[in-house]
Formats: sequence, C-alpha cells, structure tokens
Amino acid sequence: MTRRLADVEVGAELPEQSSRVTRADLVRYAGASGDFNVIHWNERVAREVGLPDVIAHGMLTAGIAVRAVTRWAGDPGAVVDYQVRFSRPVVVPDDESGAELTVRGRVAAVGEDGRVRVDLTVTSSGDKVLSLARAVVALS
Amino acid sequence: MALDAGLVGRSYPPSAVYEVGREKIAEFAAALGDPDPVYLDPVAARAAGHPDVIAPPTFAIVLSLGAGNVVVEDPDVDIDYSRVVHGEQRFTHHRPIRAGDRLVATATIDAVKTIAGNDMLTTRVDLATEDGEPVCTTRSMLVARGAA
Repeated sequence: MTRRLADVEVGAELPEQSSRVTRADLVRYAGASGDFNVIHWNERVAREVGLPDVIAHGMLTAGIAVRAVTRWAGDPGAVVDYQVRFSRPVVVPDDESGAELTVRGRVAAVGEDGRVRVDLTVTSSGDKVLSLARAVVALS
Repeated sequence: MALDAGLVGRSYPPSAVYEVGREKIAEFAAALGDPDPVYLDPVAARAAGHPDVIAPPTFAIVLSLGAGNVVVEDPDVDIDYSRVVHGEQRFTHHRPIRAGDRLVATATIDAVKTIAGNDMLTTRVDLATEDGEPVCTTRSMLVARGAA
C-alpha cells in the first residue's frame, strides 16, 4: 500500500536500513548497470589511482539508499526526484562480509501539492559517504 | 585545462531506441538486493496501479551511461577521464520507467565549471518514449580532479 499523505509529518524518521556490500555485489551491479569501471573490481588498478582498495559504484550505494524511501513510501513509482552527491568512496574489502552501509531518513518537508521530501544520511563504518541524498515522493 | 564554457547547451543526436525488458529490470533490482514485487511481478505491479513492472528509481543510469558516451567521445570536451570521479547524480521522473517502454535518450551539456583546479561537467540526458512522451531526466556531474 502506498503511504497516505495525511499520515506523513515533517520530522518523522524512516526505519533505519542496514546492509552489506561485498565484492560479489559489485560484480553483479557492474553487469546489471553496464558500469565496468576497473576501480570497482580490480584492486591493483584501484591502488594505482590512489584508492585504498576496490570501491563500490556510487550508483550502487545510491540505489541501495533509496530503497529506504521506496519501502517507506510503499510504491517505488512514487519517487519523482532523487539526487545524490558522492563525498567519500565506500571501500569494499576482499572478504566475506564486505562493507557495511547504514541508511537513515527523515521527512524534511511536506508540500501542499503532496510532494514529500525525504533527506537521507548514508554512512559506511560511521563515515558519511553521500554529502547529499534527497528524494521527493508524490503522495496523495 | 579548463573546460570551454561555450559547450553549455550543446546537444547530441538522439540515441537508438532502447526497449526496457522485464528481465533487465529484474536483473537490476536483484543487483540492488531489492525484492520489491513491483519490479518483478506484473500482477503486483498492476495491483499498485502500473501497466507493467516498473524500474527502480536509479534504473535510468543504465540508459544515461550509454547516452553520456557521446559527450565522452566529443573531441571538444577536453576533460581528463583518467582523473574523473562521479560527483553528483540526479533523476527527475515524469513517470516511472516500465517494461515495454521504447525509450530514446538525448544528451545535452548542462553546465561546465572549474573550481579550485577541478573541472566539473554536468550532462543532462532526457529520456522520452519514441512517441515523444517525457519519462525521465537524468543529470550526471563528473569531476576531473586537477593535477596536484
């Protein structure tokens, strides 16, 4: 069920979402998205360009983060705008557990036109990885 | 080398038609670890009011990456791709992308900036059906880190 606008209040917090990203997830996302940039799967090249290790695709992080909004809204089709600014790479070690990703969200504004702005805070091991992550959902 | 401000507004010819398939949407949703039935099951999608399965909000990156290649290949866009990172991304949905859509992508250079030696290039990609119905607008900002 899609969330009703009448049930949405500014300041409301979304359920916290926690997940893990492993090297296997990066390979899967590379194939699905068509983004085969070497820094997302080759440790040697990642280090050569000055990264500590292989990093996740920014759009994988963004795609996982917006799930917190689509789940809360009840219908992914309600998302009319989504923007992110990448501030820090999500470093994915070559082990079973990978990198940790935590997504928190808060209703920042409710417009009379039914447009609800949700601001997300996305962290990996305590570090903010998106300096801006903002979704607008259209509810009625 | 700073990017030429005269590039702003440059538009490229529309892409070939991209037909959105149910399997591609399912593959993309699986790569995000997202089991929402509106991405996978036409019956659930219709129950939610959509004509067919819809795509996750970031699916348009698949088309936007492809369409953005015309900018990468433009010899006038003097940017060092070996130093490029993805700075920002935005999706504005006019309606959800759904299976069966036949989409055409048109890339336009929206902004160029140089701040503190870093070149920033924003490419807008307008996705519309082949009949001209606007579906989604993506904006991708790439940053080429200046040589230290």
